[in-house]
Amino acid sequence: MRVLGIETSCDETGVAVYDSDRGLLAHALYSQVATHAVFGGVVPELASRDHVRKLLPLIREVMTASGSAPGDIDGIACTEGPGLVGALLVGTAVARSLAMAWDVPALGVHHMEGHLLAPMLEHPAPEFPFVALLVSGGHTLLVDVQGVGRYRILGETLDDAAGEAFDKTAKLLGLPYPGGPELARLAESGQPDRFRFPRPMTDRPGLDFSFSGLKTAVLTRVRELPDDPQTRADIARAFEEAVVDTLVIKCRRALEAAAMAGDPPRLVVAGGVGANRRLRERMAEMAATLDAELWYPRPEFCTDNGAMIACAGSVRLTDADKSHAITARARWSLSELKPPALIRG
Amino acid sequence: MKLLGIETASDACSVALDTGTEVLERHHEQPRMHGRLLLDMAVELLAEAELSLAGLDALVVGRGPGSFTGVRIAVGAAQGLAFGANLPLVPVSSLAALAQGVVRRDGSAGVVTAVDARMDEVYWGVWQADAHGVVAEVVPERVCSPADIDLPAGHWRASGSGWQAYPEILEAAVRGQPGRVSEAPGQPQLARALDLLPMARQMLAGGGEFAPEQAVPVYLRDSVAWQKNG
Ligand SMILES: Nc1ncnc2c1ncn2[C@@H]1O[C@H](COP(=O)(O)OP(=O)(O)OP(=O)(O)O)[C@@H](O)[C@H]1O
Repeated sequence: MRVLGIETSCDETGVAVYDSDRGLLAHALYSQVATHAVFGGVVPELASRDHVRKLLPLIREVMTASGSAPGDIDGIACTEGPGLVGALLVGTAVARSLAMAWDVPALGVHHMEGHLLAPMLEHPAPEFPFVALLVSGGHTLLVDVQGVGRYRILGETLDDAAGEAFDKTAKLLGLPYPGGPELARLAESGQPDRFRFPRPMTDRPGLDFSFSGLKTAVLTRVRELPDDPQTRADIARAFEEAVVDTLVIKCRRALEAAAMAGDPPRLVVAGGVGANRRLRERMAEMAATLDAELWYPRPEFCTDNGAMIACAGSVRLTDADKSHAITARARWSLSELKPPALIRG
Repeated sequence: MKLLGIETASDACSVALDTGTEVLERHHEQPRMHGRLLLDMAVELLAEAELSLAGLDALVVGRGPGSFTGVRIAVGAAQGLAFGANLPLVPVSSLAALAQGVVRRDGSAGVVTAVDARMDEVYWGVWQADAHGVVAEVVPERVCSPADIDLPAGHWRASGSGWQAYPEILEAAVRGQPGRVSEAPGQPQLARALDLLPMARQMLAGGGEFAPEQAVPVYLRDSVAWQKNG
């Protein structure tokens, strides 16, 4: 089964062709980071404008690159939500009309399911069940993944997402948008032990997160200290350590709980923050002590992309019909999803 | 010529089909439902005419100005259909369609359109019908404050939501000569897809490639103080 996947939920236009027998055949991405950088954050109207200009050229590109003729495509998968409504509407409008013209089903995909199943783009791919940590600019989730559509949210952030905390803290430190990777770079030259910030919500049971207090703690420090480059690097280092430590502690708990329940300890880390080097080092150490498997999608599939949508679409295509009724959904909980009809039986 | 036109730049979701012998139309004035209604309306029209997409000569889209999201829904849907069915896609101004509607209804030759663009501005256009009754731009369409409009000499029919939203436009337009602008009787307030078709036929007859990705939204408003998310 060959699926064209379209992602337009935020500030990346992603398109891909995935074949359930042959794997990923082509993918293309247009990142709008530069467009939004001058505004210090994503401007929804500008995001939508870019999507509508870029989407069709990207579709042409992946059709050619994958050697697909229209008749080879069995369905079109498109991110239906959650995300920016105006941005989602561009993708769904194009996906539905193209599916109508090609007389194939159109299928709405949950953006976070795309992230959860992204490791299936790799060979070998992790087996189910696994625990997934999704850490991006918009989300921080720990999910028990028993199979496609069988998701239980173990924990989520009560306020800022981990990536958002990186970005906001970077801003406090005077770094350009998007600050996460910049902050990580600055942290490399920081001393590990000069400052210590709290590890929010690790002193009590449970798997939820909260990162907004950490940002405030940083702000207090920044205000009371002289503004020299080394101090900034030291603060960045302590901040990164606090976030990473918190994420590692919660993942360890989730893996221990999985093992108690009889599942093999297997962790998948996805989302933009998954690119963080320190996070990867610390996760590897933790996984080793638990004898756990640790998986990452390759970096370009950690952040938003069309490949993960095409891939998730391919396992759900049996659910789609030719009514082409995809709507844009700003909010949509992962826990509302069900397994595909075929698996559901 | 067999054409399918799509216009959703306003609160109206409008689709028209020229079957080669007659023009069929579906027109719903239902805000924020365009994304859902549009394709179903197109499917209905094609079924009624017993035509398939592949049997068309071209698609036509109202490329704005108007509601940003509405324009993108029209352009996105039209691009998908045109690319998928391997057809040319002709972009037509949504303001021109409004003017074309006045010409169709009362045979006026000169039409001036002012559509409420919010933020105390209007989308402004001045249109003249040719011998075939097809409108063309007299001054370039633009977004401006009601005080900044200018209207060439002559008598004009007024159309669009801007006249009601900003009564001061009339005064600015006529500059002390009240007879120069009259309201189009029973004027259509919202652009209709069927009024995209005359201009599209003319453009197609003029030749050109009309690749679907070349048909992009025209917002006119390109530099407001963009607000970042959250
Ligand atoms: N090396 C890094 N260290 C820390 N944070 C990083 C690093 N690289 C990227 N990030 C952060 O990852 C986020 C971007 O990730 P991603 O593209 O997955 O998320 P998004 O598109 O913002 O959100 P979502 O997928 O939830 O809609 C940003 O917040 C960015 O700062």
